[in-house]
Amino acid sequence: MTGQQGAPRRGAPSPIVSIIWRLIALALIDAVAIVFAYAFFGGGLTLAAIVLLVITAVINVVFLVPGLYPLRWISPGLMLLVLMVVYPVLYTVYIAFTNYNGVDHLLSKDQVVARLESTLYTPEETANLAWRAYRSPEGQFLIWLTQVDGTTQLADPLSGIEQVQLDDARFGAIDPEDGLPATIGVYTKLGRLESFRYLTALSNLVITDETAQLRIISIDRATLGIARFSYDPVRDVVYDDQTDTEYFASGGYFVDAQGNRAPAPGFVDFVGLRNFERALSDPRISSVFFSVLGWTIAFSFLSVVLTFAVGLALALVFNDDKLPLKGLFRTLAIIPYTIPGFISALVWAGLLNPNFGPINGFLSDFVGMNPQWFSDGNLAKMAVLIVNTWLGYPYMMIVSLGALQSIPSDLYEAAEIDGASPWQRFRTITFPLLLVALAPLLIGSFAFNFNNFTLIELLTEGRPPQLGVISPAGQTDILISYSFRVAFAAGRGQDYAFAAALGVFIFLIVAAITIVNFRLSRRLENMI
Amino acid sequence: MAAPVTTPPARQRRQIGIRARRRISISIKLFVAVITAFYALAPVLYVVSSALSPIRGIGGATLIPARVTTANFERLFNSPFHPWPTWIMNSVIVSAISAVVVVALCALAAYSFSRFRFRGRRLGLISLVVIQLFPNMLAIVALFLLLQGIGQALPASIDVPGLGVIGLPRLGLNSLGGLVLIYIGGALGFNTWLMKAYFDTVPYDLDESALVDGASHFQAFRLVVLPLVRPILAVIGILTFIGTYSDFLLARVMLTSTENFTLAVGMSLFIRGNFNQEWGIFSAGALIGALPIVIVFLVLQRQLIGGLARGGVKG
Repeated sequence: MTGQQGAPRRGAPSPIVSIIWRLIALALIDAVAIVFAYAFFGGGLTLAAIVLLVITAVINVVFLVPGLYPLRWISPGLMLLVLMVVYPVLYTVYIAFTNYNGVDHLLSKDQVVARLESTLYTPEETANLAWRAYRSPEGQFLIWLTQVDGTTQLADPLSGIEQVQLDDARFGAIDPEDGLPATIGVYTKLGRLESFRYLTALSNLVITDETAQLRIISIDRATLGIARFSYDPVRDVVYDDQTDTEYFASGGYFVDAQGNRAPAPGFVDFVGLRNFERALSDPRISSVFFSVLGWTIAFSFLSVVLTFAVGLALALVFNDDKLPLKGLFRTLAIIPYTIPGFISALVWAGLLNPNFGPINGFLSDFVGMNPQWFSDGNLAKMAVLIVNTWLGYPYMMIVSLGALQSIPSDLYEAAEIDGASPWQRFRTITFPLLLVALAPLLIGSFAFNFNNFTLIELLTEGRPPQLGVISPAGQTDILISYSFRVAFAAGRGQDYAFAAALGVFIFLIVAAITIVNFRLSRRLENMI
Repeated sequence: MAAPVTTPPARQRRQIGIRARRRISISIKLFVAVITAFYALAPVLYVVSSALSPIRGIGGATLIPARVTTANFERLFNSPFHPWPTWIMNSVIVSAISAVVVVALCALAAYSFSRFRFRGRRLGLISLVVIQLFPNMLAIVALFLLLQGIGQALPASIDVPGLGVIGLPRLGLNSLGGLVLIYIGGALGFNTWLMKAYFDTVPYDLDESALVDGASHFQAFRLVVLPLVRPILAVIGILTFIGTYSDFLLARVMLTSTENFTLAVGMSLFIRGNFNQEWGIFSAGALIGALPIVIVFLVLQRQLIGGLARGGVKG
């Protein structure tokens, strides 16, 4: 290969072999995708199947068109990113504008209409029909129905119910006794006595088609249930044939003019900004929302301040080369940070146990106090901050140590010559420079704590509860644990829409923080 | 600049003063270091001691165990109530698969972003930053409903004409497969950026000469670039492993049956249950669950913290 024709250099050992491999790989991917799409179609997830097939088609194009070569490297990751990040985020925003919940607004409108349309009732004129049975040699039945007005119908368990005339070609000779055909194809009419013999089997028979359902009640009587509701998609109205009522779609339910609901569950419907209004201006919920928001901000801010204060103080200590066993102390000081957060949070929940925990054991023995960490709101908040400081100071210490190294030492020399005291040097040189260098990390830490679900859930579970509120929030709940409780808590959960709206609030706040952070760090990079 | 003129006695006095001050300062610092070590280690020692002591409940343990036994470890591995070995296996499997796949997918994407100039490249990189603004754990409700839908739609096996019955992987709610997909998706955006930045430091001349010698891009990637970026592959792999291992929220929402729990969800059952009865067993579990991570972290401090300082904070 010369590579001088301007073609992209792709000097594979043998292009043909590479193409064959690619085709084999694509064939495998396509096969898997088709298997999954087939499963999705079968399971009724038509949209998912279509999305999957579109993605597969895109992959095929990307891997077969030479001009899209760079995308071949990106597409596998991109696919997962779209499916597991982009789509869920957009879907969350969508849910936040609906009334989706697991109690009464779980089904789509189409599903509710389908459920209504499959509801049957038995009007008076079909409640009392005469019937005769026909039986085939294999033991299968047909039912002959005569309506009050004389219409005749034939019900076949295999093909449903149809209207028939006596001159139908399938029918044998007319039995003069009752005016019905003696045979229908291979089926022979049963006499009254024979019908008795098969009555159990016959009354277990349910013959259904889209609009009607036949049941045999007794030897003389059969009923024909017919569809009670019909849906008019143009007017978006459900008509009730039994009561002669119209139900209009409103607020996620079908309701009549008096506001009574049709006998069906509600459906998922757009409610505009209602979930956000609930959080911001419904007095019963907004008080909870704002107290949770306030504590989320206070918790994140105080966590950053406390961990940074402790971490910076320790960094100043460990920055001294003369300190004996410096390396050992430093390593020991980092340990809390290396333990997985969920284990630390659980350990501290045990250590702070008011009845049996060692901390209260120590406090009651030596100080005569026995703080009830998890039943008093303020103490619980204190406990959360104490534990989070333990968890987070090593990170601040490590990054502060790094930043201290980067402060030019001639600044200190100049200050010393000017006669600045150590405190003055810290206040005017170390601290401001450190703050500038670490600002993006401090903001990052704020954003992290904003969503520190693990700590709250495993340490306090949001306890103690807020008293006299209808929303399931505790006094130490932060926004994300509140959202979790709204959606998934046992008993009072499953309000997916409101939980999604809370999620959108968090999205907005975290995105704003991160954007500020990007700006800040870019400016810093330009400065450095 | 002229040297400051000081009379010898004055200079001497000042130097003595400085030396004394240094000594006081070192003593204070040593004192702070010792207190810190105690503050950092006391909870850890208490857990170690509880795990090793024969006492079951939380009240009886001390910082130094009176007698060392392995009773709590035996109970941990043989408990009829808590399938703890299953939990830690689940955690390790989920984290290992996530880490390996994330590294592989990010390396491929990073190579493309670093080496090729194509239309949409800038847009792609900016999109990755924007996506990173929205951590997918905040979309927990949507992810729950997505997995629920997948679980309902995806049968356990399907009958393909000509091939027979084929078992399908479980990807719905309460499946480790679904959870792994969420973890992988969530880790891709940021780590692709991190890796791309590192790939950029490898001179393009190296791949160029491989290409001139007749290598394909994939060969240049695998044989020339990958060996040079091994440190970042290791860092991202380990950080993804630790992040996944430490996740509680997603696993808590997606997994419902005890035998599918990861360690974080399983261990949280201990505080729902009777903490003062289970403390010894819990401590044994905490010890084994944390030790490998702690060791990896301490050994690779420098590399890992470099990676974390770019990304914020670990879970």
